[in-house]
Amino acid sequence: MDIKTKVTNLIVEELGVEIGEVTLEASFIEDLGADSLDTVELIMKFEEEFDIDIADDDAEGLTTVGKAIEYLEKQLS
Amino acid sequence: MKRLEDKVAIITGAARGIGFSIAEMLSKHGATSIIIDLNKEAVDAAVQQIDDLGNRAIGFIADVTNSDEVASIFKEIHKKFGKIDILINNAGITKDGLLMKMKESDWDAVMNVNLKGTFICTQKVCRYMMKSRSGVILNIASVVGIMGNAGQANYAASKGGIIALTKSSAKEFASRNIRVNAIAPGFIKTEMTDKLPQEVIDNYSDAIPLSRMGTAKDIANLCIFLASEEASYITGQTIQVDGGLIM
Ligand SMILES: NC(=O)c1ccc[n+]([C@@H]2O[C@H](COP(=O)([O-])OP(=O)(O)OC[C@H]3O[C@@H](n4cnc5c(N)ncnc54)[C@H](O)[C@@H]3O)[C@@H](O)[C@H]2O)c1
Repeated sequence: MDIKTKVTNLIVEELGVEIGEVTLEASFIEDLGADSLDTVELIMKFEEEFDIDIADDDAEGLTTVGKAIEYLEKQLS
Repeated sequence: MKRLEDKVAIITGAARGIGFSIAEMLSKHGATSIIIDLNKEAVDAAVQQIDDLGNRAIGFIADVTNSDEVASIFKEIHKKFGKIDILINNAGITKDGLLMKMKESDWDAVMNVNLKGTFICTQKVCRYMMKSRSGVILNIASVVGIMGNAGQANYAASKGGIIALTKSSAKEFASRNIRVNAIAPGFIKTEMTDKLPQEVIDNYSDAIPLSRMGTAKDIANLCIFLASEEASYITGQTIQVDGGLIM
């Protein structure tokens, strides 16, 4: 499974949204109905799934699906 | 079924005193108590004592002010049991003295263990409690944190801070079904208070409507209730166990 698919699946699972809603532009809070704790949990999920540490400063910037995927692809390459 | 059957409970500073009493009581009610304290011999002895009664306990050595240590121990506990249901932030110290003579190092030490330690353990445990959408956190404050006390500016500030921390975390985590409450003991007979001169003890007892010191068990009993489902609608509160000392 590629990073994009994995991330999409995690978001669907964590936020309970439809897979079709998880577009690259979708904002976690504005479009996918996440509250601020959800975003913390999502980052923790990414850390677990990909076995990396995401610094708080970096995490702050990961506001949309696309930004998260781009960040993870960079970290894991 | 016992009231806390199969619950996994972490109690900090539980090698002796009030913390040990809480661990002993939680185990008696079916929980596995995880005793965290500084000294290995003391932790081993505490675990043994609970074991001897046929109840479950294990021990870890950690300083609650060391966030890396706390994080890695909580991780290990979670791995072993698959969950953490209850955290009791009990580790605490005093370094009394008049404010005019108080050393900054004594201020810092008390703030670090009592207040920052509570923050660190809360932050590290909520990672797991958030995921399981349930949890109970009990913070051991003190009546001194409500009324203040001459000669204990640092301690009182740390305990008042714990009460405010309790309310804030109760609000932040309520949506994840994590309840956070504080317990404010009054004057409890332990090694901490055994150090006091008899005169001070007599003076205090005179000021207590029930005219006696409390016991560690009085605190432990409240912990059992607050940790159980019976308290499922109680969060963000500070409950005094003080014989009526302040009302
Ligand atoms: N005894 C009282 O009258 C009274 C009254 C109000 C509140 N309290 C509070 O109840 C709690 C327990 O008090 P007690 O009377 O049992 O005290 P105690 O001194 O008998 O026990 C405290 C335990 O905490 C441990 N500890 C200290 N610093 C630690 C650290 N950095 N990391 C891990 N463990 C650490 C100690 O080793 C000790 O075993 C404290 O928070 C105290 O402030 C006690």
